[in-house]
Amino acid sequence: MAKSRNSIASILAAAGIVAAGVYGTASAGPDDNQLIVEGQSMVTEAAAPEGVEVEKIYSGWRFRSSETQSLQMDDFENPAMPLVDIGTDIWGTEDGAAGKSCQSCHNDASDSMKGIRAGYPKWSDKRGKPHTLETQINECRTDRMEAKAWKWESSEMLSMTALVGFQSRGMPVNVTTDGPMTKWHDMGKDLYFTRVGQLNMSCANCHEDNYGNMIRADHLSQGQINGFPTYRLKWGGVGSSHRRFKGCMENIRAVAYKRGSDEFIALELYLASRGQGLSVETPAVRN
Amino acid sequence: MRLNRRQVLILGAGATAVAAAGVPTMSIAADDPTAQQVIDKFTGGAAATSGRVDLGTPEIAENGNTVPIQVSVESPMTTDDHVAEVLIVADGNPRPDVAVFKFTELSGEAAASTRIRLAKTQNVIAVAKMSDGSFFMAKNAVKVTIGGCGG
Amino acid sequence: MAKSKPRVKVPKTAKAGEIITIKTLISHKMETGLRKDKKSGELIPRKIINHFKAEFNGTTVFETVMEPAVSSNPYIQFKMKVPESGEVVFTWTDDDGSKYTTKKKIKVG
Repeated sequence: MAKSRNSIASILAAAGIVAAGVYGTASAGPDDNQLIVEGQSMVTEAAAPEGVEVEKIYSGWRFRSSETQSLQMDDFENPAMPLVDIGTDIWGTEDGAAGKSCQSCHNDASDSMKGIRAGYPKWSDKRGKPHTLETQINECRTDRMEAKAWKWESSEMLSMTALVGFQSRGMPVNVTTDGPMTKWHDMGKDLYFTRVGQLNMSCANCHEDNYGNMIRADHLSQGQINGFPTYRLKWGGVGSSHRRFKGCMENIRAVAYKRGSDEFIALELYLASRGQGLSVETPAVRN
Repeated sequence: MRLNRRQVLILGAGATAVAAAGVPTMSIAADDPTAQQVIDKFTGGAAATSGRVDLGTPEIAENGNTVPIQVSVESPMTTDDHVAEVLIVADGNPRPDVAVFKFTELSGEAAASTRIRLAKTQNVIAVAKMSDGSFFMAKNAVKVTIGGCGG
Repeated sequence: MAKSKPRVKVPKTAKAGEIITIKTLISHKMETGLRKDKKSGELIPRKIINHFKAEFNGTTVFETVMEPAVSSNPYIQFKMKVPESGEVVFTWTDDDGSKYTTKKKIKVG
């Protein structure tokens, strides 16, 4: 019985996507609210980085309802914060044949991990490609700790990326896109502007051309990734930026790339570069 | 709305895509009580008067998975005159009961907040049980948006 | 979520008789028992935190009975009138019987 009700909802949702497409009617733009978390003021708008064709860049926080916004303004209301606490426990726990914990090499995360998240993805000579936080953490686990690698979207990995990311909260996103990263930046940029899927849409169609408009019931943001890993109400939990990319691709009925794929790493780098100057908000809260 | 064959096909494809994107499939057991039955059980059939209960809910919930609600009830919160319990009910959920807050003299104020799941647009109802056995209530409609971008 | 982790905010100090606000969060999936596994089509069994209690120096301050309609990672905020210095003990009870607890001290002065 309820199933049929949900099917109707699904059909309506689909009809909305098909009928409205990106031609949203309401044009509200970002709001003027100020994000202050635990007394710390976040930069949620900044001048557009060179080559980014928007008037200004805005954090996704500015596009959310006041109820969703307030969830991120107090660390005792932010539902992602228990995960940061779990990350802190894991940080100090020995694992693997080498008998080491993160702490054995890196001491206190609040010192050693300060600013790290703001500069990722980052070039790795050893890997011959960029490291995301996830691949860097797993390299530590397999090579130094002689422990098993974590899965990309495992609760352990998300706890650790949330903990590490949290140490950069309030610091500006600042990724390097020159040198060996140029190729990866350009690959990400290509992906951003290439139309794919049955709906034949690119990232830019929604997040550059139509941010601020409504895509049916959803207020489109610029698709900034400065808050990841992020708590999404939709997920009822914390997820990685690659999980969000996958969801976006499925929405436009494309075959999504895999988490950790070269394509998503390139896209993560390019998106980070589109958000240069915004504060890292990890762990953010979105709808 | 009349649909031609082509639109139906598009809708069908969309339904599949959205289902895959994670709209939960719900099932209802035949013996699940209605909202009124849950309230009647709480009040023992006594009538609840509107007033004294302040229920705070968003007009539009950005996502039905996490809808913040606040409730407070006017009361001196003394041994003789206090709010004992507040029942929260969502009348459009497959199971309408949500939570019961239980207060004591140490509460100082009968006020609480939490976050709830709403399966669709519906009413959220708060019923307060006072120490003298009387009942007060408040009812708010909450619009739940389903979708745009699942992911 | 691998395990449940509570997080509570309680003022460290208060005046005697002051009414303070307490915020609590705990990581938990709050599996409703109404969802079906996408692959197998089987109902995923219900597993929620069904009860929350706050006690001050052994006396109950506030309780919540929770149903599956409470969101994942349950957040509960409530008030407490502080009569004296002491300790607030928070207890969450899971469907499987396990209890998660944490404590916070309040100093009256």
